Amino acid sequence: MSGPGQKFPDRSGLTRRGFLLSGAAAGGGLFLGGLVTDGRKGLAGLRTARAAEAGTSIPLDARITVNTDETVTIFVPRAEMGQGVYTSLPMLAADELDVDLANVRVEAAPVGKVYVNYALFLPEVSKADGATGDRAERWLVRSFLGWQMTGGSTSVRDAWRTMRVAGAAARHMLIGAAAAEMDLPVSELTTELGFVVHRASGRRMSYGSLAAAAAEQEPPGNPRLRDASEYRYIGRPIPRLDAPSKTDGSAIFGIDVRLPGMAYAAVRHVPVFGGRLVGFDGAAIRGMPGLDRVVEVPGGIAVVADSYWRARRGADALPIEFDPGPARDLSSETILAQFRTDLDSGRREVSLQDRGQPRDVFDAAPIVVDAEYQVPYLAHATMEPMNCTALVTDGSCEVWIGTQAPDFVEDAAARITGLPRERIKVHVTFLGGGFGRRLETDVAAQALTVANQMKGRPVKLVWSREEDMQHDMYRPAALSRFRAVLDGNGLPLAVHHRFATQEMFKQYAERNLGFFARTAVGSVADQREIGAATRWPYKTPHLRVDWVKSEAVVPVGNWRSVSHSFGAFFNEVFIDELAAAARKDPVEYRRALLQAQPRRRAVLDEVARRADWRKPLPPEWGRGIALHESFGSIVAQVAEVRVGPDGAIRVERVVCAVDCGEVINPDTIEAQIQSAIVFGLSAALHGEITLRDGRVTQRNFPDYEVLRLASMPRIETVILRGGDTIGGIGEVGTPPIAPALVNAIFDATGRRLRTLPLAGQEGFGA
Amino acid sequence: MISFILNGAAVTVDVEDDTPLLWVLRDTIGLTGTKFGCGIGACGACTVHMDGRPVRTCVLPVEVAEGRSITTIEGLGSTGSAGSTGSGDARHAVQQAWIDAQVPQCGYCQSGMIMAAAALLDANPDPSDADIDAAITNICRCGTYQRVRTAIHAAARARRVE
Repeated sequence: MSGPGQKFPDRSGLTRRGFLLSGAAAGGGLFLGGLVTDGRKGLAGLRTARAAEAGTSIPLDARITVNTDETVTIFVPRAEMGQGVYTSLPMLAADELDVDLANVRVEAAPVGKVYVNYALFLPEVSKADGATGDRAERWLVRSFLGWQMTGGSTSVRDAWRTMRVAGAAARHMLIGAAAAEMDLPVSELTTELGFVVHRASGRRMSYGSLAAAAAEQEPPGNPRLRDASEYRYIGRPIPRLDAPSKTDGSAIFGIDVRLPGMAYAAVRHVPVFGGRLVGFDGAAIRGMPGLDRVVEVPGGIAVVADSYWRARRGADALPIEFDPGPARDLSSETILAQFRTDLDSGRREVSLQDRGQPRDVFDAAPIVVDAEYQVPYLAHATMEPMNCTALVTDGSCEVWIGTQAPDFVEDAAARITGLPRERIKVHVTFLGGGFGRRLETDVAAQALTVANQMKGRPVKLVWSREEDMQHDMYRPAALSRFRAVLDGNGLPLAVHHRFATQEMFKQYAERNLGFFARTAVGSVADQREIGAATRWPYKTPHLRVDWVKSEAVVPVGNWRSVSHSFGAFFNEVFIDELAAAARKDPVEYRRALLQAQPRRRAVLDEVARRADWRKPLPPEWGRGIALHESFGSIVAQVAEVRVGPDGAIRVERVVCAVDCGEVINPDTIEAQIQSAIVFGLSAALHGEITLRDGRVTQRNFPDYEVLRLASMPRIETVILRGGDTIGGIGEVGTPPIAPALVNAIFDATGRRLRTLPLAGQEGFGA
Repeated sequence: MISFILNGAAVTVDVEDDTPLLWVLRDTIGLTGTKFGCGIGACGACTVHMDGRPVRTCVLPVEVAEGRSITTIEGLGSTGSAGSTGSGDARHAVQQAWIDAQVPQCGYCQSGMIMAAAALLDANPDPSDADIDAAITNICRCGTYQRVRTAIHAAARARRVE
């Protein structure tokens, strides 16, 4: 089928809403073999120990349960999507609690206000007191913006206080219990890896034996934290606690959840953005094996069957009719043209930075450097396609999902089932990649809609890769224009940057937030985030940065590093162009404009030194640099690239210096930097979502290519510990790589590529 | 009815002959370590061994497996293949190297990546970087490739020492 709208000659079979395909439970597909497997084995780890082992597991805090078998369960309220929070957050608690990580079990925390992520809204976190805001600010966040979200590279920044305080409080309670048991003053007791000890007498009691009594102790409101010299984990390269389960297939992702009697659902979306389902011809697929029913869900239809494959085949074969709506003629070209028109007119312009009299300078000055940059929409393409499992009964609802926003999933469940929140339980699994995509609740709403019509039967709903790629919430496309006047020394006298792009957070708020938060958060968050991402950091007497809001029906969302993914590209390529116009070395040029910013300069100097910036390169090779601050961390990268005679771009080496303040797990930092660079390189070289007739052109990996092992550069990471704050790490390595690469290609070829992606542009190969 | 050997044990399944082996393993049998990534054999997340060679099961009709021996990630460490360090639940040399090099991040692609690496080492006990480039075409969106390469070299060394 093709074209913006499908029509069927005979509409008699068309229906809306539910459509039953079979009356009885379908047979077939039964397992007859001699192998016994327990598909739910791994699920045990997802259930709270409290429910499963009542009496042997004693909670001392919302985050810490001490078990009588001398293990400790740490409940992590952030999603593990590769960034290592199931290791780094337990490290924080374990060092304060004084337990061996080998005896720590990690579980996903349930949904609860106690797990609010303060750092999302109060991201300035000092090493010394770990404060995320003052009391009033924290009250405001908890009361009105109390989100249990994993995003914005905030997990460690938030947990720096909460996880350590949880560990310290539990330790305090264990010591208090031991003091009572031993009839000794608290001041004479200390701890040694899972024991409270009285050094003078050599007496010791294990945490497990003390847990029940400790639970009777009053939790201290503000326990004293241990001295950093007493830490055995924080700051050291600690192996990931989840690594073994991720090498033997036992780690349970959302898509792996299996429940007794479970049905499977496959989705067909209305392919055009903003389009509307008119109907479907259920009779056309009646008789296909194993099918149960067709359910209309938000965005399209779901076909339910007794196996995923049968559901998928049914969904693919189901004729659907839809009204493409106003986006029927929308294409990448029309959106770009709209960006140009809006930049020309300046309608809906927001000033982000404004100082001096740039207009006067431009009117008077003869020397103008100008450039126009362009970035496309990008898909997340998480390795695990979108999926969710739900079970609704008359009085309860359970959801199993790899999500970055479990409380928003709970919101969706309450809305769809009409059940009160205390009857809803969200189980967070491992996430097969998140990158911001799993901040959305679209797939949860679909699974809940189906499960709500099949009460008592669990349903696992899984998207195909094609649905995943064509129904993402994309990194917004953007168009940017710069002009600058240089002074007599070639340094910027005036810079004017104007760019056009959609409002992302406004859309996110409309999709996921209630009325109050929607009104308060959307536009404010956009301006704050995009302002930080595009902030011009270089000394410039006359400066203007304007955002021209330009709307489209294309759904846009959070994509690893959000607007920083293009903000860094615009600023760091343009400063390189200014250096070239001034015939100055790109590192020296930046240094001269960062005299008032010693932390940035230190990172810049370190990366230049490690990358042998001045060492000559062979013919066809080039070296490029970029520096960018995001999520409280400063990152500089030098890319070495080789452009062959055929124009093939090969990134050979990337040197990265990162200053994220405090370091929790340096091995994770190195891994996250590698990860973020690969993510950014995939986008810079190949990533592009295009639109035609209101729908996405790309379908799967062959037409949305990503970096593979053979194209992997050698990455070297150096960590600096500057400043007295804590920065993020999961996203901060992505923004600088595209500009570093473009600047390296300029160094190699003399050509400045101003549009992403790079591969396949005129004169350049794959 | 289709019968094959799965991780050393005989199994029989009653599904449509053209059902991809991936969904038989995951849904019919319940071994979920083998992952669905793309459905067109492009990403490698669904890689298992069929008679010792790597295959992408999302595009492999189950009927092709009739009478063959299939090894999944769950059976890798206990199949007695050249890389196995012992019996039972012992880790395969590749799995141990993966932990030592701290390869996994989100972990979703790693089953397929490990199966591809184990098959490479069975065919080529001392692969060069170019050999690894050619053999490991699996996609990892977390970008673990640098550590994947390190781990494959380490596993090759470990097996030579044994």
